[in-house]
Amino acid sequence: MNPGSSGKGQQLQELRQSTVRFAGDSGDGMQLVGSQFADLASLSGCAIRTIPDFPSEIRAPAGTLAGVSGYQLNFGGEEVLTPGDQPFVLVAMNPAALRVSLPELQPGGLIIVDTDEFTPENLAKAKYATNPLEDGSLEGYRVVPVAMTTLTEEATKPTGLPPSARARCKNFFALGMTLWLYDQPMQPLLEWLMRKFRKDPAVMAANAASLRAGYNFANTTELLRVHYRVAPGHLPPGRYRRVTGNEAMALGLIAAAHRAGRPLVYASYPITPASEILHELSARKEFDVRVIQCEDEIAAACAALGASFAGALGATGTSGPGLSLKTETLGLAVMTELPLVVVDVQRAGPSTGMPTKTEQADLLMALYGRHGEAPLPVLAPATPADCFPIAFEAIRLAIRYMTPVLVLSDGFLANSAEAFRIPDVNTLPDLRAEAPPPPPPGEFAPYRRDPKTLARPWVAPGTPGYEHRIGGLEKQDVTGLVTYDSENHRRMVELRARKVEGIAGDIPPATVDGPAQGELLVVGWGSTYGAIAAAVRQAQLEGHSVAHLHLRHLNPLPRNVESVLRGFRRVLVPENNTGQLATLLQSRFLLPVQSLPKVEGRPFLIRDIRNTIEELLRS
Amino acid sequence: MSANAAVSLPESPAPSAADCLRQLTRKDFQTDQEVRWCPGCGDYAILAQVQKVLAGLGRPRHQFVFVSGIGCSSRFPYYVNTYGFHGIHGRAPAIATGVKCANPELSVWVVTGDGDGLSIGTNHLIHALRRNVDLKILLFNNRIYGLTKGQYSPTSEFGKRTKSSPLGTIEQPINPVQTALAAQATFVARTIYADPGHLAQTLEAAARHRGAAFIEILQNCRIFNEGAFDPVADRARAEESRILLRDGQPLRFGKGGRFGLAIRDMEPVVVDLEAEPHRAAELIVHNVRSTSPALAALLAELEPPHFPTALGVFRQVERPTYEELLMRQIRDAVAKRGHPDLQALLQSGTTWVVE
Repeated sequence: MNPGSSGKGQQLQELRQSTVRFAGDSGDGMQLVGSQFADLASLSGCAIRTIPDFPSEIRAPAGTLAGVSGYQLNFGGEEVLTPGDQPFVLVAMNPAALRVSLPELQPGGLIIVDTDEFTPENLAKAKYATNPLEDGSLEGYRVVPVAMTTLTEEATKPTGLPPSARARCKNFFALGMTLWLYDQPMQPLLEWLMRKFRKDPAVMAANAASLRAGYNFANTTELLRVHYRVAPGHLPPGRYRRVTGNEAMALGLIAAAHRAGRPLVYASYPITPASEILHELSARKEFDVRVIQCEDEIAAACAALGASFAGALGATGTSGPGLSLKTETLGLAVMTELPLVVVDVQRAGPSTGMPTKTEQADLLMALYGRHGEAPLPVLAPATPADCFPIAFEAIRLAIRYMTPVLVLSDGFLANSAEAFRIPDVNTLPDLRAEAPPPPPPGEFAPYRRDPKTLARPWVAPGTPGYEHRIGGLEKQDVTGLVTYDSENHRRMVELRARKVEGIAGDIPPATVDGPAQGELLVVGWGSTYGAIAAAVRQAQLEGHSVAHLHLRHLNPLPRNVESVLRGFRRVLVPENNTGQLATLLQSRFLLPVQSLPKVEGRPFLIRDIRNTIEELLRS
Repeated sequence: MSANAAVSLPESPAPSAADCLRQLTRKDFQTDQEVRWCPGCGDYAILAQVQKVLAGLGRPRHQFVFVSGIGCSSRFPYYVNTYGFHGIHGRAPAIATGVKCANPELSVWVVTGDGDGLSIGTNHLIHALRRNVDLKILLFNNRIYGLTKGQYSPTSEFGKRTKSSPLGTIEQPINPVQTALAAQATFVARTIYADPGHLAQTLEAAARHRGAAFIEILQNCRIFNEGAFDPVADRARAEESRILLRDGQPLRFGKGGRFGLAIRDMEPVVVDLEAEPHRAAELIVHNVRSTSPALAALLAELEPPHFPTALGVFRQVERPTYEELLMRQIRDAVAKRGHPDLQALLQSGTTWVVE
């Protein structure tokens, strides 16, 4: 607990960062202890990045490989940009958890196992022919075998709870051991337990006893003589909280609607991995968030669009299969030129694909996947916390340019968490002024555009003197009347495109991390940010001429993208798809681009990118 | 605005004196758009009655919104001088749900057809009714696809020969009124384009109902399904071919109310009261507020040649509307948690300070 504990022949080592993974059965409470440890690491000033790995099945059979639930946390200095390539510490609560997590563990890594769970039955469920704790297969790792269930049951006896209830506290035993291992204080957690279980003192006491027992066990066992202190980061000053991408997205939508002075109507149909946005918003009704859980994805898009027509901010969230269903409504939104935000939390496809696994393969669909010429702005957050400003920006653009806006998040961002620097809400842009006020009724025409933005006026039903009709049929320029005039159609197609292209003048220019010119530029978008940034910084530290360009606006692209690209001899584009942005950049700018695809349902590791950078620089 | 101010729709300018005080007429609801339905189309009569009824509701034009899908009937919003949204095929109830939830003060009308509302858009129709969103849904049923030039529709009679069913359809038609009843609509009615008085009366009853109102309007397509409802539309035969539903009244039809409707063995039977006057007590007494929609569903099924077609209000019950409940939850949340404080929301949960 204090450096003095190192006096008993124990050694305290300093680390710049460390990755720990808690893995157990889905009933073992791994997400809970993982997120608590993340908060503790944050309190000690570390940067954090987490990723959960939960089973696809709601109730997979206990002890099976399918039922393993994991929580991985990377923490330390500002170089913490991903959840970590390889855990340094693995807490495995049963054989299945060990088997699932072992391949990713760092060589020489530390494994803490609950030996009580290594029964013949559980070994069989995990498809182990022999006990890995005894057959020598874990040579090369440091194994700390602990009879965690038994020790927890003993430590919690005074609470009077039945043994089964007491045994359930073993996740706190594991957490207590981890606290000692990383030289973290117990006090904040004990206080948290007091608050959390204030109505259930016995459970509170059992968890606290288990936490202490785990801590003390680690402190005294001969098996652990070394523990670690991870250096804090140098995060910008401010108040922080931990957010997942989906949480930040929901907060961003609420904040933007609030600053626009309009109700948020969020119409959605439940779908993995976007549903948490629906849940978060449903719980925030006091912000005049009107949530409609619709009958299907199409209805969700249509209800959101109808709400925007009526003067609210319509938004909807979905994942790939739902985006397919919403495309016709997106076309209608392009034609009627109404604000609408569609969040696509991408997952591995096609079709149902792998709903709980991440992918970035909806990019070209977002850009081009509509019938007719139907351009619209496309944004992508780079990190979980970045979902907040991106949601805000999506609403800003939707109002200012009277257009649907597509936001491409993904399963990795949705569930991964990091520290979010909480903004002062008074510094957030006031979005009420974004929509230009309509002219007097006599001069009003539904498609008379603002000369600067080319946006048409937004006048909601209920406003006297402005009665007008809009719809999916082609509109006459200015009047908005239905017309099949060929010259008018050509003009309207061009106007709609020019309006969206004009946004390029309203977004920040592309800036690179690294030299403005050089050997290699690594270009990314969306959730690949952390892995690319870390890999590029490592290469830079070794003196390589490498830079990183990360695109948050994918349509329109910042105006200087081409000149940035041309400053480098080679361009590498890592993506969780088979090369969609690479294709786009090549076709747009007619320059050679090297694609680094990864379509395994998992985010990039730093080394995936690092190895490719090295190969390219050698060749 | 302070970041903590309550959120509301942007304020609208006050209605013009002209719109507020003057008694509006049908003309106020006409647009400068040339109406482009085929000559003789039943839609003209419906448009005229809708415009007339709107004028009499005592609400200014800017408070009305007409939402439609795709099809001949869905051109409707272009011809009504209110706010209008011509949507995509089948989705009008979903768009209208969003409109109503964004601004519950508006009077929102949905115009759809048998293809739009009961084929591609059945799902949305059913759910809007089930939720009891305060929408006035007018379904023009001509039992044919008109705009796509004459294919059978989901309400076409079994065996009907059309361009896409040269040997006759092999599909059982869907019954619009029964569908609405099954979806727990709180107002369900049927009327016919050819009886302007009945049409206007039904529209007005729907307009004054609080909740989802569904009206099936039997309509004639001159070009592709001429005469589909002639037996009902024909004024000369109206007494025999129509049975008018009147709340609290026994169901009678025919000249002088000669016939009545009773139930035997769970089947409707026609009673000739001239031959059997003593059976008058057996007649079904119409009750729009009946707890069960079963009897209404039975009446919805009556059709020629064995029965007259039932017209009027099948069911009208009270239930809180969707948008009412939605806004109540918002008000309750504000009452419980206080006025929204964005800064407090962002700072909720565990936070920490980096110096």
